[in-house]
Amino acid sequence: MADDGKQAPVPEIVQELFNRFGENSFTVQHTRDGMPTLWVDKTRIVEVLRHLKTGVSRPYKMLYDLTAIDERLRKHREGQPPADFTVVYQLLSIERDMARPYGGDLRLKVALQGEFPSLPTVTTVYVNANWYEREVWDLFGIVFDGHPNLRRIMLPPRFQGHPLRKEHPARATEFDPFVLDQMRQDLDQEALLFKPEEWGMKRGTENEDFMFLNLGPNHPSAHGAFRIVLQLDGEEIVDCVPDIGYHHRGAEKMGERQSWHSYIPYTDRIDYLGGVMNNLPYLMSIEKLAGIKVPPRAQTIRIMMSEFFRITSHLLFYGTYAQDVGAMSPVFYMFVDRQKAYDVIEAVTGHRMHPAWFRIGGVAHDLPAGWDRLVREFVEYMPKRLDEYQKAALENSILIARTRDIAAYNTEEAQEWGVTGPGLRATGLAYDLRKARPYCGYENFDFEIPVASHGDVYDRCVVRVEEMRQSIRIIKQCLENMPEGPYKADHPLTTPPPKDRTLKDIETLITHFLQVSWGPVIPHGEAAMMVEATKGINSFYLTSDGSTMSYRTRIRTPSFAHLQQIPAVIRGHMVPDLIAYIASIDFVMADVDR
Amino acid sequence: MSAILDWFTAHPQFTAALIACVKAIVILLGLILTAAWMIWLERRLLGLWQDRYGPNRIGPFGLGQVIADMIKIFFKEDWLPPFVDKATFVIAPLIAMALMLLMFAVIPVAPGWGVADLNLGLLLMMAIAGLEVYAVMLGGWASNSKYALLGGLRVTAQTVSYEVFMGLSLMGVVMQAGSFNLRDIVEAQHGLWYIIPQFFGFCTFAIAGVAVVHRTPFDLPEAESELASGFHTEYSGMKFGMFFVGEYVGIVLVSALLVTLFFGGWRGPFIEAVPALAFVWFALKCLFFMSFFILLRAALPRPRYDQLMGFGWKVCLPLTLINLLGTAAVLLLSGPGA
Repeated sequence: MADDGKQAPVPEIVQELFNRFGENSFTVQHTRDGMPTLWVDKTRIVEVLRHLKTGVSRPYKMLYDLTAIDERLRKHREGQPPADFTVVYQLLSIERDMARPYGGDLRLKVALQGEFPSLPTVTTVYVNANWYEREVWDLFGIVFDGHPNLRRIMLPPRFQGHPLRKEHPARATEFDPFVLDQMRQDLDQEALLFKPEEWGMKRGTENEDFMFLNLGPNHPSAHGAFRIVLQLDGEEIVDCVPDIGYHHRGAEKMGERQSWHSYIPYTDRIDYLGGVMNNLPYLMSIEKLAGIKVPPRAQTIRIMMSEFFRITSHLLFYGTYAQDVGAMSPVFYMFVDRQKAYDVIEAVTGHRMHPAWFRIGGVAHDLPAGWDRLVREFVEYMPKRLDEYQKAALENSILIARTRDIAAYNTEEAQEWGVTGPGLRATGLAYDLRKARPYCGYENFDFEIPVASHGDVYDRCVVRVEEMRQSIRIIKQCLENMPEGPYKADHPLTTPPPKDRTLKDIETLITHFLQVSWGPVIPHGEAAMMVEATKGINSFYLTSDGSTMSYRTRIRTPSFAHLQQIPAVIRGHMVPDLIAYIASIDFVMADVDR
Repeated sequence: MSAILDWFTAHPQFTAALIACVKAIVILLGLILTAAWMIWLERRLLGLWQDRYGPNRIGPFGLGQVIADMIKIFFKEDWLPPFVDKATFVIAPLIAMALMLLMFAVIPVAPGWGVADLNLGLLLMMAIAGLEVYAVMLGGWASNSKYALLGGLRVTAQTVSYEVFMGLSLMGVVMQAGSFNLRDIVEAQHGLWYIIPQFFGFCTFAIAGVAVVHRTPFDLPEAESELASGFHTEYSGMKFGMFFVGEYVGIVLVSALLVTLFFGGWRGPFIEAVPALAFVWFALKCLFFMSFFILLRAALPRPRYDQLMGFGWKVCLPLTLINLLGTAAVLLLSGPGA
């Protein structure tokens, strides 16, 4: 990992691209995260991506993220081609990544000119670009030529404007008061009606009519405000259209109006079951931009709390999973266990689900006196309970019959759709960022990556259950080896800043005052850090323009990718299989819609 | 006073009819109260098995919860959704409740206590059980809602499949007792309860019973996690209440049938000395099965629709037939004609 400023050697893949397409086709950009970043002309992007996916050895099989940046107000663009808008493609080659940490990342950027620019779609290369391009169109107004169905995805069909554009206000107070009259309500509802023709679906064949069943946005098994329209032949699913956006609250836009520090609580609510785990990629990106090195104690505390949240999230998954296949009781036991974990979390952080407890450069406080007793009680209590559930839930023959070989996909398909986390590992690929590219000190821990082989609903549960045991193992190691030392970095941009010297000289006092009132000014640059979150790989791609606020906050969440895959997996299955599959994805809509 | 008594003694037929009526009303009320009380029992037992309390605030042990719920449900608006087929929509829950109550008529709860003493009691019961499917089917259809329709479809397929062997599973008992009259069947279990010779019949009937009253794991018609509430999605207020209580009456009924047919009905120790104990035995045995059905709900997930049908046709039906043939063979060989 090269720090900014130092001239890193040209990465292997960049050299390969230079050789294939000529050095003049690309502009290299140095970013703070050291990820190879290349600017490509919009006419060549499809060709380059196709080459990367099929033409190189150890190909880039996964389109990890696709997003855009409104560049029109950005001041610090040194060395970058002129652009009004930029579309960013982030690719991931798991093969390369497993060979060398961070070796599988590649970021491609396309510069676009004009108010509502357009560029060719890449859905012909990566199928999962579909939703990402719709999202970019929805939020930026950038048109993707040749996209199969370019319509709004996050916002309601009748929404006016594209909110991530800089001219769109971030606060509701800047608009006229919202009025919902009868006419508007009728029109809005009319617009939400599902019309099969818009999705290229037939209403029936010569012999029979299909039933279009609107599952959600309020349905007990939809796990939040998620709507999926099913085209049914009897109870068999012919096709389906997931409809998301009901939980969209503009988290990325909020990132552009909150100070770096005051945005932390918003990150907690992205994957609202992940708690402080969400803080981590955000803060790691900021720390990368600011050049802060986090002390070992803070890192170990972060790991410990993150693993606690992995356990609580997986416990909730486990319970609702059993519930969705019809078992009524397990969820109650697992909520009891979750409560035990939350007791520890609450004692350490002061809150339960959304502690917003990590800080730029460390954590909010040191561990409280007696934390070790609480943690020890938990790690001794939990494994026994997991053993019980093995018999009570996981080995139940009805449950196995319901979930074995249901909604299975293999490693190739998983990568094609951008699936990460337990869903990917259930296909047999042992790709876990905590091992593949250890962050935050995970390299110091001894744990295993659980994998399974069938990639079906049942295996996804087995993997998660085993992950809980591994998390307990990690927590135990944190307990036994908690380093001494400060819980916050000694760095001027640490927030809240160290206060020891503030009352002794005026210069420190002024800095402190500004940083507390306005917030820290993070140096300009770009950085994206990924973590292995509860549901898959989560990352925050931050663009700083040298201000107290982020210029662009891109949140790449695993659940978004996982939901896009649903139709490809579930065709030909029955309605109860869909419910089991949805349960096994383990998504939360806040994570999908942001 | 004595004149009235004299009149009754002078008209014995009328008196007998009156007593029968009173008994019937007592049994009917007792049944409905038991079904309502079962709601409390289920919630408390589930609470016990699920590490939580269940309703425990209103009255002693939360017993008043049922009354509170009943009052609430009676006073809810009697809402008819505008898109439903009105007449059918209203009739369906009535059928559900009425048929369940009607089936209980043939069950002897104690010696000489029962609504009807019919020689073809068991057949009548099976016939009514066959009609029971109409309640949910019509409810699902009349709701004019997709979820309700799917629930209605499921329930039809499920009930029809499981009724096939529900009747057959009892034929072993009928053969052994030599009667369709439930009182005779109880009498015939003197000395040996039919659970021993008719074990497979018991297993299949118990499964079919759960399936026909669609309780977990056979609750696919209402499968909350899949179909929201299945066939009664559009129902509310007392119309929903009738489906709801009807289900509990169904559980009481199936428990009572299991007890009557396989566990000696009201038979038990000391009934000669204290005749009132007969009912106590009957009630206790029923309570055991009612609790067992609740335990099933607490313990089991729900199979998929096709798995359920497969299980019915491929496992239960052959088992029933084998049991039937086996019983017939044993009776033939050991009977007077052999």
